[in-house]
Amino acid sequence: MGTVDSLLTPAEEKKKQGVGNSKTMAAFKELITLIKTNASSYMMYFALVVIMLVFQIWTKGVFFTAQNITNLVNQAAYVAILAIGMTIILILKHIDLSCGYVAGLSGAVAAILMEKAGVNVWLSMLIVLLMALAIGLYQGLLVTKLGIPAFITTLAGMFIFRGLLSRALAKTGTIIVTNETFKGMCQGFIPDLPFNHSRIHLVTMILAVIAVLAFIWFQCRSRAHKKKYDFPVASTSIFVAGLFAVSAVILAAAWMLAINKGVPISAVIVGVILAGYAFMLSKTKLGRHIYGIGGNDQAAELSGVDVKKVTLFAFCSMSVLAAVAGFLYTSRLSSATPTAGLAFEMDAIASSYIGGTAVSGGVGKVTNAIIGTFVIMSLTNGMNLMTIDISYQYIVKGIIFIIAVAFDVKSRKK
Amino acid sequence: MSDEYILEMRNIVKEFPGVKALNDVNFKVRRGEIHCLVGENGAGKSTLMKVLSGVWKYGTYTGDIVFDGEVQQFKSIADSEAKGIAIIYQELALFPELSVYENIFMGHEIMKGKQIDWNETIVQSKEYLKKVRLDVNPAWPVKRLNTGKQQLVEIAKALSKNCRLLIFDEPTSSLNEDDSENLLNIMRELRDQGITCIMISHKLREVTAIADTITVLRDGSTICSLDAKTDDISEANIIKNMVGRTIDDIYPKRLEKNVGNVMFEVRNLSAEDRATGRQILKDVSFNVRAGEIVGLQGLMGAGRTECALAVFGNPYKYKITSGDVWLDGEPVKFKNPRQAIKKGLAYVSEDRKGNGLVLIQDVKYNTTIANLEELVNGVSIDENKEIGVANKYKKEINVKTPTVAQKVGNLSGGNQQKVQIAKWLFSHPKVLILDEPTRGIDVGAKFEIYSIMNDLVKKGMSIIMISSELPEVLGMSDRLYVMSEGKITGQLDIEDATEEKVMKMAINA
Repeated sequence: MGTVDSLLTPAEEKKKQGVGNSKTMAAFKELITLIKTNASSYMMYFALVVIMLVFQIWTKGVFFTAQNITNLVNQAAYVAILAIGMTIILILKHIDLSCGYVAGLSGAVAAILMEKAGVNVWLSMLIVLLMALAIGLYQGLLVTKLGIPAFITTLAGMFIFRGLLSRALAKTGTIIVTNETFKGMCQGFIPDLPFNHSRIHLVTMILAVIAVLAFIWFQCRSRAHKKKYDFPVASTSIFVAGLFAVSAVILAAAWMLAINKGVPISAVIVGVILAGYAFMLSKTKLGRHIYGIGGNDQAAELSGVDVKKVTLFAFCSMSVLAAVAGFLYTSRLSSATPTAGLAFEMDAIASSYIGGTAVSGGVGKVTNAIIGTFVIMSLTNGMNLMTIDISYQYIVKGIIFIIAVAFDVKSRKK
Repeated sequence: MSDEYILEMRNIVKEFPGVKALNDVNFKVRRGEIHCLVGENGAGKSTLMKVLSGVWKYGTYTGDIVFDGEVQQFKSIADSEAKGIAIIYQELALFPELSVYENIFMGHEIMKGKQIDWNETIVQSKEYLKKVRLDVNPAWPVKRLNTGKQQLVEIAKALSKNCRLLIFDEPTSSLNEDDSENLLNIMRELRDQGITCIMISHKLREVTAIADTITVLRDGSTICSLDAKTDDISEANIIKNMVGRTIDDIYPKRLEKNVGNVMFEVRNLSAEDRATGRQILKDVSFNVRAGEIVGLQGLMGAGRTECALAVFGNPYKYKITSGDVWLDGEPVKFKNPRQAIKKGLAYVSEDRKGNGLVLIQDVKYNTTIANLEELVNGVSIDENKEIGVANKYKKEINVKTPTVAQKVGNLSGGNQQKVQIAKWLFSHPKVLILDEPTRGIDVGAKFEIYSIMNDLVKKGMSIIMISSELPEVLGMSDRLYVMSEGKITGQLDIEDATEEKVMKMAINA
């Protein structure tokens, strides 16, 4: 209400209050509309926040500790890599059921090379990546040249590579990995500044600030770009609120890591690969071609797109990423086991769909697939903290997966 | 009030986010008449019929539907069908692998206790086939019939549901002349049997020939209802009401013809279908010169599209047994569409939704997809340039869309076609093949496309126009070829061409 020193009359003061209210009302209304129209894309963020909060409460605060978040990142890294590769495959309306055992086999072969044959760690990984490339070519050629459906090709691959994994480890059983560099990939942290003796990991905070600034810059540029061409944009208040929220989350997460041991190396690996693929999909010819083939492969062919070559690339990329995922998984366990790879593809596929990849093809973003990954892995992580039996974990994962896809299908129906 | 009119739609308002598709539409149909609904694309005809048939259910629109004197509140298509309203869409809704009789009774099978009575089904299906004068074995799978006959099966299906009001949405757009004529006769017979028909069509010649009443919609409003017996139902008057202005000529005139040398030539092209061994093309030869429009006429199935695809990189892998192709003086052999595009050949597909456009992507995506090289800056695509290009063509061809970020699937048919044309123009072709460029497009947009064609040949492009619409081919071409059953059966200069001559060549086996 108007104070004594206000220059406005009570009537004018009341009007100003009214205007303020209607502005917030308008912003609120817009938020609701925004949520409704973009429901499917914001759904996963919402789900992630809900899941994390729920576990925070149920674990009495253990979930959001630095140690646990670091664990979560290391646990999720290999799934994230697989989800990136799988998203491309799914956009093209194919599928790759073999990526799990390709990952497992990759870890095993790397371990054998390093531990049993004494090969240099980098050379070992290179050799395995080439092996994965060959696998990708093999499966890709079956799909493109022979026209065997991807489901069948990769299902067969799943059997074959599972067998090869068993064979590879038959004589030795589980192989313990001793190489520090290799183990560091999914257990280590990025180094801090050498002169920093405080308990706060400076490099982490610096990276976070850079990330926030970059994010704000990109968002502002994109908004200005859209406005220049009269494309619809969110109102200023919503836009600023969004920037604030995301920046706050990034800084909070970074702080939590910084007071622990800093940014895990696995996060950097995932980040680099994510950036590369996101750039490819959104900014390059290849990306356009991928979306075109997924949206209407006949139209793409007639428009000059090399459907076979792009599809071959997708399968090669998937297998090579599966090898990287295998490295991360083996690194975290410090060992290559004969059961590595079991059901990896399930997590990858679920991550991608929860992240908004369309069941009907032609739509999907790798950045969102990572959110999907964190949805699934938070469930796993949280339920482990609560020592819930693994069978319940499967049930919950399955239910969440169905809900996410049902939502997507329904919101596309209009 | 009600007995004369079987249907009254009163004050219908239907809105979509950002668009008022129907703005206080009033639509009255007399019992037992053939009522034609015309209007430009986006005028609201399909939307009005979707409201009537229950696709847009009660509650999603305001206003009243009064059928047989009673206000109706259809919650679904089943509701409207139960009342006797049936709608036959442009894209037929049949099951190609199932038999004719299974299709006719799909959804309302004849039962004997808990089992389907197939004998009775076959007997009754024969009755309905007789009613539509379709002489086929009801046991044949529907895919064995051509489009025209399939449409008759759809009508038989509607009759078997005891419909009293039958709605046809662009029924003759995929039919050749013979089947079109047959369909119109069937419609007349249905009318004589007391079934009321509503026909949505862009083919004004057919509309004026068959309609008892013509209602014109424009921009979601009813403009007028013309009674065939008392009002002026000339094409000129209808067009005037549809577009709100007169169109002097349906086909824009070309004042100067600047025809140069032969730009594209095909000689002795023969091809087989790999799977069946059927001869698709038999010794086809034709050419087109710079600055020329060459028409390629023929009935459905004559092989015109196959001919175009065979030279455009053969994407469906026909077995080409012979043939030479020259483009701009040099011999070419395109192994895929990409090679063809690089050399300056472009193909605007006849099935824009099926293989011409990526409907879930936006206008700027579809406009640029055939020539991304021109937008690439190092490794990445210059998005500013992309928007610039899309806007340039949007303006030049007059694509009606709020922005170039609009999904192409949301545009009307005519505007989708314009986006397709924009895509190929951006690939800077020397030879442009247009396959049924104005199919399913309203008069206004057609004129725009014809004008664009004239502009292009004035600048020296060569255009091959494949079309089933005889008046269009005669109105636009400089020369025309006629195909029949995979062969070129005739070639005519435009001065010598008459409808009779062309028809004769088209039927000639």
